Amino acid sequence: MRGYSVYLLSRLGQFALVVFIGINISFIVTHATPIDPVEQSIAAATQYGSTSPEAIAMMRQSLRELYGLEGSPWEQYLSFWRRVAVGDFGPSLSAFPTPVSVLIWRAIPWTVGLLLVSTVITWILGNLLGGFAGYYRRSSLLRFAGILAMAFHPIPYYIVAFLLLIVFGYLWPVLPISGGYMMNMERAFNLTFIFSLLKHSALPISSLVLVGLGGWFMGMRSLVSNVVNEDYVTYAELGGVKRRRILASYVMRNSLVPQVTGLAMSLGAIFNGAIITEQVFGYPGVGTLLISSVHAGDYSLVLGITTVSILAVSTTVLLIDLLYPLLDPRVRTV
Amino acid sequence: MSRVLRDLFRYNREFAIGIVLLAFVLLISAASFVSPYPPNDSFVVPPDLPPSWPYILGTTSRGQDVFWLLTFAIRNTLLFGFTVALLSRILSLVIGLVAGYAGGLVDRVLMSINDTFIVIPLFPILVLFYFVMRDRMSWALLALAMSCLGWAYDARLIRSVAMSLRTREFTETSIFSGMSMRQILVEEHLPYVLPIVFSTTMNNINWSIGLEVTLSVLGFTDINTPTIGVLIYWANQHTALVAGVWWWILFPVMLVIITFVGLFLLAVSMNEYIDPRSRLSRVGG
Amino acid sequence: MAPATAAPRAPAKENGKAEATIEPVLVVSGLRAYFQTSSFGVEREVRAVDDISFHVGANEIYGLAGESSSGKTTLIKTVAGAIRPPLRVLSGSVVFDFRGRRVSVYDSDPQVMDEIRWKHLSYIMQGSMNVLNPVRRVRHSFVDFAFRHIGRKMPEFMDIVRTHLQRLHLTPAVLDAYPHQLSGGMRQRVTIALATVCRPEFIIADEPTTALDVIVQNGVLAMLRDVQREIRSSIIFVTHDMAVHANLCDRLGIMYAGRLVEEGRTADVFKAPKHPYTAHLIASLPRIGYVAARKGLEGTPPNLADPPSGCRFHPRCPLAADICRRQAPPMTWSSPGHRVACFAAATGSAQ
Ligand SMILES: Nc1ncnc2c1ncn2[C@@H]1O[C@H](COP(=O)(O)OP(=O)(O)OP(=O)(O)O)[C@@H](O)[C@H]1O
Ligand code: SF4
Ligand SMILES: [Mg+2]
Repeated sequence: MRGYSVYLLSRLGQFALVVFIGINISFIVTHATPIDPVEQSIAAATQYGSTSPEAIAMMRQSLRELYGLEGSPWEQYLSFWRRVAVGDFGPSLSAFPTPVSVLIWRAIPWTVGLLLVSTVITWILGNLLGGFAGYYRRSSLLRFAGILAMAFHPIPYYIVAFLLLIVFGYLWPVLPISGGYMMNMERAFNLTFIFSLLKHSALPISSLVLVGLGGWFMGMRSLVSNVVNEDYVTYAELGGVKRRRILASYVMRNSLVPQVTGLAMSLGAIFNGAIITEQVFGYPGVGTLLISSVHAGDYSLVLGITTVSILAVSTTVLLIDLLYPLLDPRVRTV
Repeated sequence: MSRVLRDLFRYNREFAIGIVLLAFVLLISAASFVSPYPPNDSFVVPPDLPPSWPYILGTTSRGQDVFWLLTFAIRNTLLFGFTVALLSRILSLVIGLVAGYAGGLVDRVLMSINDTFIVIPLFPILVLFYFVMRDRMSWALLALAMSCLGWAYDARLIRSVAMSLRTREFTETSIFSGMSMRQILVEEHLPYVLPIVFSTTMNNINWSIGLEVTLSVLGFTDINTPTIGVLIYWANQHTALVAGVWWWILFPVMLVIITFVGLFLLAVSMNEYIDPRSRLSRVGG
Repeated sequence: MAPATAAPRAPAKENGKAEATIEPVLVVSGLRAYFQTSSFGVEREVRAVDDISFHVGANEIYGLAGESSSGKTTLIKTVAGAIRPPLRVLSGSVVFDFRGRRVSVYDSDPQVMDEIRWKHLSYIMQGSMNVLNPVRRVRHSFVDFAFRHIGRKMPEFMDIVRTHLQRLHLTPAVLDAYPHQLSGGMRQRVTIALATVCRPEFIIADEPTTALDVIVQNGVLAMLRDVQREIRSSIIFVTHDMAVHANLCDRLGIMYAGRLVEEGRTADVFKAPKHPYTAHLIASLPRIGYVAARKGLEGTPPNLADPPSGCRFHPRCPLAADICRRQAPPMTWSSPGHRVACFAAATGSAQ
């Protein structure tokens, strides 16, 4: 049990560090600009249409606070943290006066759904295929799968999403290329709505899976081809243990351990990919919200999304880290 | 070194393909030096012409020759990738070598910071950066920002190699002969980590080019310096696909994919070459 | 053969070594196994097992000695049918006779081999520290390896395992441990328990004691001997520790550079080694009250990818003659039950 608490503490410390450094980077970035961000943002936000002078004054006040332009640098820094801690990023400029947090909350389920489904599919499929490819090295089918996965792997999310958009939007228009569900459809819990949801998520999920698959595939393939040379696998073969049992409980089971750490390590990159993919397909999640808030000059929303992203990703990493000992008994005891 | 490259070229299909693809890309970017048109001039040729002689890749709606524009774009894109890779190499080398050599607390602290940079979602931060910079955003500034954010993954790899070096005999000898840590790291350890630095460079270039393309396509960079991403950005601004000007999009996308695949294959084959197990069966005997 | 006939032999072993039995349980003939690799245009062929023939009788402990890299592990892996690239068997045969059931390792279906393994033939691997699956409890190893052979229901099976562990003075609590929670000696004992739980006729043991300190080593050896006596199996026992061989084995085979160079009853080999290499091995044994300068063998161990011509020992042999460089010495009988591959041995003992 002592081993586990040491592990737990170190993971919590890492979590705190990620949040600390992440938020500080946001602070530094927002204070590195030489221009007056407040006036610039207000100008950008109000350039189309008329906004009442009171609203502008209110925006200015909240922005000055949010930018941390009130008081000494130290006070600015503290008030920045205070805002982050309570999740209060003030009202949105582009959707005034809706609070930023409301907008983000509305978008989060879409992103979480997209990320969860695509990451689970990618991780399981990539590891299964890669594991088979490492174990049955002579299968030409698996080798071909490897080449395919390797071909997509180095291409960035944007390009793959874009290619899918071209193929299914212009060349062979069978899948919806934009939105989260059919426009004007009532959001009710019925089959048509769910079907529409699935159809709209098909392309974003596919492009995330296509890009992500190769990494897990190759990682697992090389892990497995190392693990099959481990003594315990050779020994199980010598012991006449059933092939399927060896593959599952010896080879795969041991190879998966580093892949879980790998998942935690690459969540940030996967999240980046989801943002971009959402934007390409106009999926109503956090990514699309982020890009459109930049175009609308909505500072509070951009900052809010950045901060929430950092918090969300590091929390998920922490969750994976906490589950990790279930897979690897060696950190549980010691 | 030349023997290594020759061996790789002859016996490793991935390496050979990667080299050929990259040579092709470099050739195209070199062509920018003989371009008849400066990159930022528009309406120098008739607009919207499909690929045909003498505009082999067609022309844009802004009256630019896609081929010549592409030569500038890929040159800038590659240059961007190299710059980020070079700058971030310095950071990852210093941090990786020191952490691996020092071990103990120093290692733990450095690797915690390192893992933090691996985990943090960089894209929103870069977007935020653009947001506060706006018009002052430049190619160089973006390269700098990305170098500061993108060193962590490779620092970890370098550290693991450095850690194995620490226990070797020559390190002990160097310590007893009174070499300073800086000397040991630069003179003794650096040569051993160079191969892995080389392969991570390829991956890092891929990573930075990928992000650059993405940011540019969204318009979150300096849209007046032509890069592959900026090219696609302008094509999208002119709704090239809807207007049927597909060549404005297709060729940049193809070229950048060739670049990605080429760099990736180089990194993969290099890794295989470095891998101690495959090396073991090569030397000796 | 019926077990009863072997029963009286047990006490016979106490004083000196037992007679070699007439019907062998294992016959190996003309076995050749090479590591063949090719990487970046460099082809390599390591001749780790080169034309080896021997047999092992029922209820016999056969020792295999030789310096590091002489091919001991490769030989017994080949005997056990544990072949995985880059290792390849080029020729020869390995035939077991399990109480009348003949199994030729390289002519049998994989299913037949899987059925044989652990029930009739078990193996203790070199570096047994790492042979247990690190992410699962020890009990799963017993289930995976032995359950299907014992043919009982699970609770009954676990009872059998527990009894077996207790007989070997191991606490059944090890079943609920993960391998990393056990000490090295403990893991080694668990591995031996695992290898013997099905009471196989044949056990192959590759340096089961090498990594252990002397006290633990003695314990493990005693345990192995007890098990052997109880279930009356045959054992091939590999170690480069000649002292262990002297105490444990009935017959002894000496390997040098992928070849068997001498074989005979342990007492005979120790008393009158015929091959210069064997003589060296024995001479370098520390003896109580006998302070001789332990002279090391001159020269370097041969490179098996490019072995010396003729007798592979000739670059280091004090008796090397011209013929030794040109021709490989054949294995010949020097006396009943004692074979040697050396031209000089024909003219007398190598001492
Ligand atoms: N996987 C492999 N690929 C290539 N060569 C190998 C491989 N495994 C072993 N060898 C070579 O085969 C030869 C015999 O090795 P082996 O392990 O059988 O020796 P050994 O007598 O068991 O030595 P030790 O006493 O150290 O266990 C050695 O030269 C070794 O380098
Ligand atoms: S054959 Fe010749 S070289 Fe070989 S051991 Fe005998 S005497 Fe020495
Ligand atoms: Mg061995």
